[in-house]
Amino acid sequence: MMATDGMNGLIVIALMAAVSLLARFGGVLVMAVVPINQRVESFINAMSASVLVAVLVPVAVEGDLAARMALLATAVVMLVMRRPMPAIAAGIAVAAGWRYLM
Amino acid sequence: MSTAVSVMPGLTLAGIGQGFWRLLPLSLFVIVFGLAYGLAAVQTGLTPVQTVFMSLTVFAGTAQFAALELWGPQIPIVPLLITTFAINARHLLMGASLYPWLKQVPATQRYGSLLVLSDANWAMTLNDCQNGKPNLGMLVGGGIAIWLTWMGGTILGMTFGNLIADPTRFGLDMVMGCFLLSMVFGGRRSWRLVLIWCVAALTGWLAYRYLPDNTHVVAGAVGGGLVGLFWLERKPAARAMENEA
Repeated sequence: MMATDGMNGLIVIALMAAVSLLARFGGVLVMAVVPINQRVESFINAMSASVLVAVLVPVAVEGDLAARMALLATAVVMLVMRRPMPAIAAGIAVAAGWRYLM
Repeated sequence: MSTAVSVMPGLTLAGIGQGFWRLLPLSLFVIVFGLAYGLAAVQTGLTPVQTVFMSLTVFAGTAQFAALELWGPQIPIVPLLITTFAINARHLLMGASLYPWLKQVPATQRYGSLLVLSDANWAMTLNDCQNGKPNLGMLVGGGIAIWLTWMGGTILGMTFGNLIADPTRFGLDMVMGCFLLSMVFGGRRSWRLVLIWCVAALTGWLAYRYLPDNTHVVAGAVGGGLVGLFWLERKPAARAMENEA
C-alpha cells in the first residue's frame, strides 16, 4: 500500500507512467530479439480483455441495483449498436433514472 | 509475410502535420472520454494536479479509469502496476506489428514516435504501412492530436466535476464502470472471447470473495489469459493444410 496524497500520489502516477511506457516500447524491444509467436499474442490479447472484466467485478457485486442496471444497459446498447458513446450515455441515464424513480 | 516491406521514410514536419489533421476529427471524440475521466478523477478524490499529471504522462484512458477504481487514501501499488501493464499490454502487440517499418528509422525517431502510441493512430499508421504508403508522421501527428484532445477533455471534466455537488444522483458515479464495460464489448466478438470473459469474471469473483484484497484483477487477468494461451485466436487454413501434408 502507498499513500496517495499530494506528492505521494504523483509518485504513484509516475510509476504508472513508467509501466505504460514499458508497454509502448516493449513490443519493438522484444521484436528486435525474438519475434512474438501466435500463442503469446493470443495470451496477451485474452489478458487485455480479461483485466477489464475483472476490474468490474466489485462494481457488479457490491454496487446498488441502479449500478447493476446501468452496467446492463451499457452492455445491451454496446452489443446492439457497437458504439461506446451511446452505450455509456445509456448506462448513466439508467443509473440516474433508477435512483430518481425507485 | 512473404511480401516485401515498404520503405519507411524518416520523420518530417509535413508528415507530422498530415497525420495530425487526418486524426483530428476522430480525436474530437476523445474530448468526451477525457471529460469523463476528469469528472471521475475529481469524484475519486485526486487533486487537480494529480488528475492532469496522469493524463499527461500515462496517456491511456482505460488504464487511467481502472486506476481510479483502485484509488483511495492508500493504494495497493503492485496490483495497480500489474493492472496498468495488463491493460496496456495491447500496446506491446501494436508496437511489435509496426516493427518491420520502425526498424528502418533511427532509434530516436523509433522510440520518440512510440511515446505517443495509442490505439487510433496505431491503426491508421499500420494501415498506411500495409498499403505501401508508410508515414511515421501519421503515428506522431495523430498521437499529438489525441494527446491534445485528451488533455483538453481532462481539464474540462475536472472543471465541471468541481461544479456538480451530488454526482451519484445524476448517475455520474457510473461513468467509469460503463466506460470500461463498453471497452470490453468494443472489439471483435467470438465464442472464444465469451469464454475468456466468463473465466475472467469467475476467477476475478472467486479471488474477490476468498483471496486477499485487490488480487481479483490479477486473478481475472491470468484466468482469462490462460484461455487465450490454449485456445488460439484464429486457425489459419494454410497452417491446417501444412499439418495435413
